[in-house]
Amino acid sequence: MMQFKTILKNPAEWMLSSGPHGEIVISSRIRLARNLRDISFPGWAVEEDRIEILNRVKPAVEELKEMNGAFSSDLSDLTAVKKQILVERHLISREQAAKAAGSAAIMNRKQTLCVMINEEDHLRMQSIKAGLSLSDAYKMIDEVDTKLESTLDYAFDNQYGYLTACPTNLGTGMRASAMLHLPGLVLSEQINKVINAVNKIGLAVRGLYGEGTEALGNLFQVSNQHTLGEQENEIIARLEKVIRQIIEHEENAREKLYNEKQTILDDKIGRSYAILRYGHIISTKEALDLLSMLRAGVDLSYFSEDIRALIDVLFMEIQPAHLQVFADRKLGAEERDSLRAEIMRDRLKSLPEPSKFSDNKSNEQSSE
Amino acid sequence: MNCDVCQENDATVYLTQIVKGKMQKVNLCEECAKQKGVTDPTGFALADALLGIDSDEKTNVSADSLKCESCGFSHTEFKKTGRFGCSECYTVFGFGLESLVKAMHKGTRHLGKVPSRYQVTKKYNDQITELKDRLRTAIEGENFEEAAKLRDEIKLAEADYMASNESELK
Repeated sequence: MMQFKTILKNPAEWMLSSGPHGEIVISSRIRLARNLRDISFPGWAVEEDRIEILNRVKPAVEELKEMNGAFSSDLSDLTAVKKQILVERHLISREQAAKAAGSAAIMNRKQTLCVMINEEDHLRMQSIKAGLSLSDAYKMIDEVDTKLESTLDYAFDNQYGYLTACPTNLGTGMRASAMLHLPGLVLSEQINKVINAVNKIGLAVRGLYGEGTEALGNLFQVSNQHTLGEQENEIIARLEKVIRQIIEHEENAREKLYNEKQTILDDKIGRSYAILRYGHIISTKEALDLLSMLRAGVDLSYFSEDIRALIDVLFMEIQPAHLQVFADRKLGAEERDSLRAEIMRDRLKSLPEPSKFSDNKSNEQSSE
Repeated sequence: MNCDVCQENDATVYLTQIVKGKMQKVNLCEECAKQKGVTDPTGFALADALLGIDSDEKTNVSADSLKCESCGFSHTEFKKTGRFGCSECYTVFGFGLESLVKAMHKGTRHLGKVPSRYQVTKKYNDQITELKDRLRTAIEGENFEEAAKLRDEIKLAEADYMASNESELK
């Protein structure tokens, strides 16, 4: 069995690799909600029942070939900081981190697959892939689900499909989502227009950590709202179609900035570079915004392509719990801000200055 | 299922009431329901609870005291949290659920993946629902030849399903 340390040392596979449309789509995620038939949902179950659920589900998940050498832990055995680490890595939800006895999480070595037990539903399983790869991610989680249904007796209704604690997840129990980096739409002030349009067609746009969270670092999650009345592949196809449109809008917005507001772009990217290289106090929010501009700088050839993965890892490493583990002690807010700046200075010390826009444009642009 | 009042028509309105702590279930056909003054199910409190519309006091009283026998979850609890207690709650509080679900989703019938152990039942269920829908349309349109054909198809499907179930049990 894998140790927590191993998770810490290794960023998730999707962070290190670049998938389709990797400049704009950071990751694709599919989550399935499933429940057992004859026992209360976690939110209503008494502790005894929750433990019974755990005892039935956990071995079934651990036995999966996909979970060979996995990390598996009861949430009650993890410290608050460790739970926060898993939240910062999108491996468990903020809701589950707050759960009491009888809750567990199991994740594979690559951190591409994670099963939460006794979150809002008995099982919440998810797969994460780099770039725009919703169908691949679905295939991966679908296989796991099919294996689990042979050992676990799922609650299923002929009309409503998979029965879930909240009726908003009925039917497929599937939430498909993609994490998009949209600095172009934010800078050109078109983002609200896009969000409104996406909301109107039954899709949701959320911040970095899901429901009710702020859009930090120009990162947005787009996901399906409806789970019932459509097949899984239809939901995915519809979502993917919309994401492709957003990508197009983002590309256009970037091109427009590139062509018409070059000085503003030079300034934003140059300042972000300067603060990250020489700053000594940086809050999480500021750090995410600066890293976002740096990432945009890579996409627009101000920096070389190969630092994109480093930036994506930094997005994660500079968050509060990751910093505390790095420092190996509890840190106050001020200490965190100064350590965050220190890490940035160190990790980016060999990053060359953003190269002059005009020098780069002609030769790098043609290769993309 | 036949209507409890006229014993003739198919029951389409299912009413559950709690009287002095005992649960009473009444199944009515559309006509008898109208006569008895049972109102439109879309006006039911469950739908109002989640959609935040002011609900009708009268329907609330009986719905609120309804409890799930499997897990003890009450309708009041559902109004508070918007979540159910167990999978059985979907049957107990199923009355009026469809209009609530309709407001949340693209449709009211699951079209996606079916666990293998439910595949036969689900297929049969979908087939019967579709045949009965067509039968109703045929009768309404006084297309009795078609109706007779559909009735035979339904009987055949039912017999097939029973047979396959029995062989599975053996």
